[in-house]
Amino acid sequence: MTRNTRPLSLRVPEPSGRPGDAPDFSHLKLDAAGAVDRPPVDARPVQMLDLAFRLVRVLDDEGQAVGPWNPRLDAETMRRGLKAMILTRAFDDRMHRAHRQGKTSFYMKCTGEEAIAVAQGMILSREDMGFPTYRQQGLLIARGYPLATMMNQIYSNAEDPIKGRQLPIMYSAKDYGFFTISGNLGTQMPQAVGWAMASAYKGDDKIAITWIGDGATAEGDFHNALTFAAVYRAPVILNIVNNQWAISSFMGIAGGLETTFASKAIGYGLPALRVDGNDFLAVWAATQWAEERARTNQGATVIELFTYRGAPHSTSDDPGRYRPGDEHEHWPLGDPISRLKQHLIALGEWSDEQQAEAEKDAVEQVRAAGKEAEAIGTLGQSRPSVKTMFEEVYATEDWRLIEQRREVGV
Amino acid sequence: MSETFTETDRTDGIEPDMADQSNAPASDAPDAPAVAPMNMIQALNSALDVKMAEDPNVLSFGEDAGYFGGVFRVTDHLQKKHGLTRSFDAPISECGIVAAAIGMGAYGLRPVVEIQFADYIYPAYDQIVSEAAKLRYRSAGQFTAPIVVRSPYGGGIFGGQTHSQSPESLFTHIAGLKVVIPSNPYDAKGLLTAAIEDDDPVIFFEPKRLYNGPFDGWHQKPVSPWKAQELAQVPTGKYVEPIGKARVMREGADVTILAYGSMVWVSLAGAEHAGVDAEVIDLRTLVPLDIETIEASVKKTGRCVIVHEAPKTSGYGGELSALVQERCFYHLEAPVTRVCGWDTPYPHAFEWEYFPGPERVATALKSVMAGGR
Repeated sequence: MTRNTRPLSLRVPEPSGRPGDAPDFSHLKLDAAGAVDRPPVDARPVQMLDLAFRLVRVLDDEGQAVGPWNPRLDAETMRRGLKAMILTRAFDDRMHRAHRQGKTSFYMKCTGEEAIAVAQGMILSREDMGFPTYRQQGLLIARGYPLATMMNQIYSNAEDPIKGRQLPIMYSAKDYGFFTISGNLGTQMPQAVGWAMASAYKGDDKIAITWIGDGATAEGDFHNALTFAAVYRAPVILNIVNNQWAISSFMGIAGGLETTFASKAIGYGLPALRVDGNDFLAVWAATQWAEERARTNQGATVIELFTYRGAPHSTSDDPGRYRPGDEHEHWPLGDPISRLKQHLIALGEWSDEQQAEAEKDAVEQVRAAGKEAEAIGTLGQSRPSVKTMFEEVYATEDWRLIEQRREVGV
Repeated sequence: MSETFTETDRTDGIEPDMADQSNAPASDAPDAPAVAPMNMIQALNSALDVKMAEDPNVLSFGEDAGYFGGVFRVTDHLQKKHGLTRSFDAPISECGIVAAAIGMGAYGLRPVVEIQFADYIYPAYDQIVSEAAKLRYRSAGQFTAPIVVRSPYGGGIFGGQTHSQSPESLFTHIAGLKVVIPSNPYDAKGLLTAAIEDDDPVIFFEPKRLYNGPFDGWHQKPVSPWKAQELAQVPTGKYVEPIGKARVMREGADVTILAYGSMVWVSLAGAEHAGVDAEVIDLRTLVPLDIETIEASVKKTGRCVIVHEAPKTSGYGGELSALVQERCFYHLEAPVTRVCGWDTPYPHAFEWEYFPGPERVATALKSVMAGGR
């Protein structure tokens, strides 16, 4: 036995900056746009291991789309994507304010992450099933889900489609390919794999898509999902949204310091892509690659979407207490809305005037939806009938629920 | 199928000796009898076989549950008969098994998953409690989890603490779950069929000590085989026993015994040993509970003894006791009494000190007959 020359010491990872420090992202190794090869869709996972450590980017600093991952989208599709991102941000801003005004108990923004759910929501169909976290509201918005209905849920009012049973923003919209959100992190991921297995079992043509945060990859559910996805070759897209922060814990606490989150796929024999999550075109291209793989029965793909959580975790959070206050402004991969806007302008397909018009229009849409929802009522002003509290616990009520409902007098 | 019906007369041992036993389903043999003697394993297998033949959305998976047919052989021959994708092996990941089933249920399938021992169910607890149980409610009916989680449970097999537990009260406490525990082959098949057809998640615990015979707790004596029992005469075709209905196993005038699983047979033996005219009620489903049958019986007898293997504290017996005193207080002539597992982990060397037996039931019966003194 060899004796230690020095006593052992415990390492607890720490981020590159804390409040008061200057933001420092110099440790990030970022590929230039266009620098990463695009493997054929039928590549074997072992043939593309390096993609787990690289960063797929399409939009360069001048707003040009470059390299093998350029999805060559038509301008109209990009304008739709841009408008959906603008609308998502406008919705977030209003609902964050609504919380501050006491109209609801809780809200969560997705600032800086809009490209992810919007692009992926546009690519996949409503017939496919998305198993989201609480930061994929862009998927509903990109698919035209009524903003007022989202607000009704946030206000738990009489028109809340899920009857005031869930925390604000925990939407459920089956017709829009949006699975009921759970507050228990990571649970949706192996469920998405099960849904995809069912589609394959039935010989269907639908696929599943799911998202998990960098923090929740530490949950067993994540690893179970990857095992099942690989074993049964499930047609599912497994997204890891690495937004650097899990409430106050930086991604190193979840195991992202010594390797990338995408690389976790390698041990399961799954193909991995690591993608600039603030680059609408890169997200689009990677998702299309994974989609084609799933639809041609080649199974699951893990995509790490490298981004930054620009807003607080939720309305209950204050990031000024654990990270440099201006860190978001220094994020080296910029802002997804600005970058797609810049690209469209460079193509001659958009202008600052159109951008201003689109932002104004988004604010108007949200305001109109707000009026509609607030006419029904904000939290506490309006709610579903108390009787509904006892409904849908089971397909049919048993004697306990009937007795308890009577005890409440409804 | 009587020629392949073999019984083990073992009184202990963790692995039932089923090596020469075939669970080849009888339902579709050309000259299949309408009723055949079955042990619980065969009856459960028959329920799965019949439902899988009837409904292409029913599938079964679990650890060792595919090709091999499960460590207790409940899924034997299903893969061979129905195909690889309808009865298959799963990774050793109870969380993953249940989560995949939930996703399949949300898609529209009716998966039946096996958790190899109830003692292994805890990694799946979050998926069962926070997800399967809540989907219907939290999505206002948009998504449901019509799944069955089957699992052998209970003691009496020298399984030690990780192969003997009775965790049913961890599930009866959860809104949105149904909990079913059969005590005999006839009910096992009818209730499993009902569970598969149920639109809500069902936790289906199989008392593994009863797989091969109606063990009554007299562990020194040879076990009588199922084939001698009326409740082992099982229709080979489809039938349903409704969830939420108890079965009165023995009518009696003096005291009501509430039991389920292996304790039904222990209770019958205990009543006989005490010479007390007990009414023995097999609850069969804990949630939803057949409160009417319980209430009517206790009002008739004026006494109530509750028997379960699970530890006493916060066990389902506590709930039953509360319900009985809430509803039958003025009819009671003695305190409601519980005979339960002790508040210890399940000990390997003290199987018969832990496992509630007929002696303990008889003692409790005599006590309540004396007014609890």
